[in-house]
Formats: sequence, C-alpha cells, structure tokens
Amino acid sequence: MIKFDGVTKVYGDKVKAVDDVSFEVPEGNIVVFLGPSGCGKTTTLRMVNRLESITEGKIFVNGTDVNSLNQIELRRNIGYVIQHNGLFPNMTIEDNVMAVPNLLSWDRKKKTDRYNHLMDLIGLNPDEYRKRYPHELSGGQQQRVGIARAMAADPPVMLMDEPFGALDPVIRSRIQNEFLQIQQEVKKTILFVSHDIDEAIKMGDGIAIFEGGKLMQYDSPSELLARPKNEFVREFVGQDRALKSLSLHTVKDLISERMLRKADGLQKHNKKTITVETNLRDALSILLNQEADQLFVQANNKLVGAMRIDDVEAYLHHHIK
Amino acid sequence: MNEIWNYIIENQASIGAYMLEHIQLVGLSVIIAIAIGLPLGIYLTTNEELAETVLQVANVIMTVPSIALFGIMIPILSIINHGIGFVPAVIALILYSQLPIIRNTYVAINNVDPHIRDAANGLGMSTMQRLLRVEIPNALPIIMAGVRQAVVMNIGIGAIAAFIGAGGLGVLINQGISRSNTTMVLTGAIAISILAIVADGLLGILQKRMTPKGFQQ
Ligand SMILES: Nc1ncnc2c1ncn2[C@@H]1O[C@H](COP(=O)(O)OP(=O)(O)OP(=O)(O)O)[C@@H](O)[C@H]1O
Ligand SMILES: [Mg+2]
Repeated sequence: MIKFDGVTKVYGDKVKAVDDVSFEVPEGNIVVFLGPSGCGKTTTLRMVNRLESITEGKIFVNGTDVNSLNQIELRRNIGYVIQHNGLFPNMTIEDNVMAVPNLLSWDRKKKTDRYNHLMDLIGLNPDEYRKRYPHELSGGQQQRVGIARAMAADPPVMLMDEPFGALDPVIRSRIQNEFLQIQQEVKKTILFVSHDIDEAIKMGDGIAIFEGGKLMQYDSPSELLARPKNEFVREFVGQDRALKSLSLHTVKDLISERMLRKADGLQKHNKKTITVETNLRDALSILLNQEADQLFVQANNKLVGAMRIDDVEAYLHHHIK
Repeated sequence: MNEIWNYIIENQASIGAYMLEHIQLVGLSVIIAIAIGLPLGIYLTTNEELAETVLQVANVIMTVPSIALFGIMIPILSIINHGIGFVPAVIALILYSQLPIIRNTYVAINNVDPHIRDAANGLGMSTMQRLLRVEIPNALPIIMAGVRQAVVMNIGIGAIAAFIGAGGLGVLINQGISRSNTTMVLTGAIAISILAIVADGLLGILQKRMTPKGFQQ
C-alpha cells in the first residue's frame, strides 16, 4: 500500500512541481498517473523512492514513512523503471537484469534461476540474450529488459515511468497485454506514469489525473470516464469517453445483460469469430472495419452466439452512459 | 645513418640500461599520477567550484617549461637531500601528468549519460557501487586516453630529466651535446621517439581492450 499525505514538491524556491497531493493506492493495484507534460507525474513518482526529496507532507509505503527508512534499502525494495530505460551499456543483458541481485550478493544458482524465470516472463529467450549488450536489442526489447531488471529482486512495489513510451502502437499494445498477464501472477503495487488516456484505461485499476502539480481526480477508470469531476478532466479524457469506456467491458459483460443472437448459419461466409474475453471496444472496431455484419462469439472454443453493432450500441446506452 | 647503427651496436648494453631507466622513470611517475589524478578527478565531479580551480592549476603547471620546473625543485627538495636525481624527476613528471589524467577523468565521469546514473541510483546502488559498476566502466575509454597522452608526453619530457641526473635516454643527448657528438644525440632522440611510438601503440591496444564490449563502435 502506498499513501501520499499532503505531498508538495518545490524546486528551488519558486517552481511548485507537486502541490498538496493526497491519495492512497491499495496493495496489488496499478495506479496510472496521467496528465499533460510538466504536470508533475515524474516528480510525484520519484519522491516515493526518494530520488527527489519531499518538500512537505509524507509518503508511506506499507505504513512506513519513506523518510524514516535508509535510502538505499528503500530503493532496493522498490522496482524502478525509468523514462528512458537506462540500461547499463557496459553490462550484458544478464548483468543488467541481475543488477540488484548482484548488489544483494545472491548465490549463483539463485541468480541464474531468477534470470531465466524473468526472461521467460518478458518473452525473451534467456540463453539467446544472456551475453548480448543493450545496444544489440530493439527499443521494445530494451524496455522489456528494463522491466525485468526492476522486478529482479521481486520488490512488492514498482514505479514505472512511461515504460512503453517509445514503442509503436502494435508492439505497445502487445507488451501492455503481456504486462497485465504478468501482473495477474505477481500482484505488485504499481505506480505507472503515462500520458496516453487509452493506456491508462487499459492498465489502471485507478487513474490519477494531474494538472499543474495538483491532483485533479483520482478514481477508477470507469468512474473517471462516467463522471469527470471538472472541466479539465472532461476535456482531458476527451469527447469520446463513452466509446473509450467500452474497452473496460467485455463480451461477457454484454452477455450477462442481454441475450446473444442465434448464430445465423446462412451468413457464415461473412463473419469473424471472437472470444467472450474480447473487450467491447475491440469488438466494435472489428464490426466497423472488417465489414462483418456479425461477430460469432466463442467461449471455451464453443460457439455461444452472435452479436451485431446494435447490440454494442444498446449496451452502451443502457449500461455505460 | 651507418654511424648511428654502428654506435648502437657498440653500445647496446648502455643504451638498453638507459632505456630501462627511462621506462622506470615514466612508468613509476604515471602510476603515481593515476593514483592521485583518478580519485581527484572523480571527486571533482561532486564539487564544481573546486573542479574549476584544480583544472586551472593543472593547466598552469603544464605551461611551466620543464627545465624551469626541474630548476624550481632543486632548492625545495635539497631540504630533504634529494635536490637532484630520480626523485625530483619523478615528481616533475607526476605534476605534468595531472592535467590529462584529472581532466579526462572529470570530463568522462561528468559525461556519463544522466539516465544511466539515475537508473543506478534508482536500483539502490551506493555512491561507491555506482562509481565502480557503472560510471568508471563507462568512462574508462576517455580516462585511458588521458593516461596514454600523459605517458607519451612524459617519455619526451623525461629526456630533460637527465640534466638533473635522473638518468634515462636523455643522458645520451646530454652527453652528446657536451661532447659535440651528433651521433650520440641522434641515437638518444631516435630511441626516445621509438619508445614513445611503441608505448602509444601498446596503450592504444589496452584502451581498446578496456572499452566495454557493449559500446557501439
Ligand atoms: N530538477 C528540476 N529542477 C527544477 N524544476 C524541475 C526539475 N524537475 C522537474 N522540474 C519542473 O517540475 C515540473 C514537473 O516536472 P515533471 O518532470 O514531474 O513533469 P512530468 O509530468 O513528468 O512531465 P513529462 O510528461 O514531460 O515527463 C515541470 O514544470 C518541470 O519543469
Ligand atoms: Mg515525466
């Protein structure tokens, strides 16, 4: 659990980068910091592991005031993924990933096992990359290694500053999915900086929107989309917030509210098949783009019915707006 | 040319001995200079004001003509009975080495990508761990370039050390001049050049070796 209590950061004696921010992040949650450039996301993040000093207020990690802890100990217990991945160019991938275990003097066997496990987790072959150097990897691979490095000593808390920032949309979406899957397994408490509302909706259990160092709203994604607290948040989440919130619902949710249509055998040449886990936004874009009039829905590899655009529309009207 | 060749053949033993003295003189002074300059250069990255002063002083020392520096040291070191000979020569060479070593160390450490330094801090490295594991390895090629420069320069300046009785290949030049023996002077000059070229080449190889493999060429 992470708790911000009236946290303020002043650079020099003028620039108020963070202004009296208070909120709590429950254990095992991902909270996304969102807001325009310069609104204080990175600064807020970096005060948690004391890479920036706290001017006023307090930050608690699992009930302990971070200022009361040894700075080095604190940082070793918090995984940190920096905005520009920051891999050490002089070290191999293995040495990069094992940077913290090396500081903690783990024995060789434990380190090798952990390295193999982490590389499997992030989808890179452990042996193939072991002796390679960061510059021999693509940007996406480097970012994944940066994440593995932050997770190496299994810290309960992670700070991630735009970890998927430099990626193209396709790879980005894939890595987001992979990361969410990993999170299901590891259940860490994560502060995640982004300036992409779609990423925030997808990744966050909660979203904290900042503007000029002030916390504008802190809520669950669906709450934020449904009830923006003020004009700034409304503008920031955009006109299409109803559409955006579709990505928070799956076909399963739709089924629980309304019956699916019978799969119409006659139109089988003009169909696409999706699973019940597909989110409604993706389902809608398939319907809009793929020129399929209906989608066949599968659960556990069995066809359970079909859906059309009007089903999504009706769901949107009745259950989201 | 033939004369020089004959001179070398006839005096192999003594030339070899001078060469060895020369190497000892330069080697010892550069090792001590590294032991002083490297930590000092690293320390200066944490103290900007002092850095400016120290680099300026090192700069000034560089501009003092070597013969004058040897001259200054004679009365000072006479107090401990080492006015001439090996000791003042080594001290002078250490002083001359400081600028390239301190400056390159300072610049190289300062130029380490701030994101990398930030990552090291964020992972919980202590200052010492950050220096040893991240900053120095990444700065090493530039630091080595400074050492290389110091060595080559000192091989040249070391020739003048013979004038205060420190031995080395400068003896050939010194004696050659006083005996108007051009062959001797040339032999000394050529030997010093060869020594400098060989040292430069070897250190170049070492510098490449010490460049972390992960660096893009
Ligand atoms: N070291 C510093 N010294 C002075 N001002 C700073 C410093 N770091 C950040 N600031 C200022 O504090 C404010 C918040 O910066 P911060 O880096 O937290 O923004 P951000 O929300 O992470 O922006 P971005 O999305 O561009 O990364 C900015 O106005 C910035 O100029
Ligand atoms: Mg930032």
